[in-house]
Amino acid sequence: MAALATGCLLLIGALFCLTAAIGLVRLPDLYSRMHAATKAGTLGVGLPFLAAIVHFGELEVATRALAGIVFFILTAPVSAHVLARAAYFAGVAPWRETRIDQLAGRYRTGLRRLDGFPFKDQ
Amino acid sequence: MSWADNFLNAAIMIALAAIIISLGLIVIRLIRGPTLPDRILSLDMLVTVAVGFITVIAIHSQQRSYIDVAISLGLVGLLATIAFARYVIYRGLQNEEADEGKEQEPEAETVDSGKRSDVGENSESQTPSSNQRWL
Repeated sequence: MAALATGCLLLIGALFCLTAAIGLVRLPDLYSRMHAATKAGTLGVGLPFLAAIVHFGELEVATRALAGIVFFILTAPVSAHVLARAAYFAGVAPWRETRIDQLAGRYRTGLRRLDGFPFKDQ
Repeated sequence: MSWADNFLNAAIMIALAAIIISLGLIVIRLIRGPTLPDRILSLDMLVTVAVGFITVIAIHSQQRSYIDVAISLGLVGLLATIAFARYVIYRGLQNEEADEGKEQEPEAETVDSGKRSDVGENSESQTPSSNQRWL
């Protein structure tokens, strides 16, 4: 039974990794690639950790793997945010069919701050 | 050897194959990526997928300590991504002539500051408040 659950978790996790990689190659611009990479990448790491918990069934392994899952869930949005912000400041253009860019013209680029953050005219 | 163990072995092999294929795809993006942030993103994801790979290897070889290796590799990967991102903020995209974001407003000033920092190391002190706040 544990072997069955472990195998299923491993398969789903690996498929998430594969999906994320395909999205990384196929999607049109940096921001949508980031969408694929961070979400699916996090799940693709968390499910093998869960599989390790189920497979070994020991407290030591379970605590370490849970710490790893929590670590990845906490840090993946942070690194994605930092990278997207850096790319926007550096001038990486969104895809040409992007309809709405709410940040366009709103950054005071010298200070790297948003102008009037609660946007009133949206 | 029950059928569940056979299933587990098959699942491990399929998972390893899928992860290796995805590593290859990520390397394709790493080579092709038109801008520097694309390459940073693919490096970040390379580390993430390698963490999953190590975990699968830990299950396959019954070695519990590989999980510690995976966690510490993830930590190093996070630090590397954040360091690269700060580097992109202060360097800009000055080597990417083919980039299509020329008309966009944020690029002009950022590229300017990048060129200024080529002249002298401390030339960013022209805007001291911004640097002290965000560096």
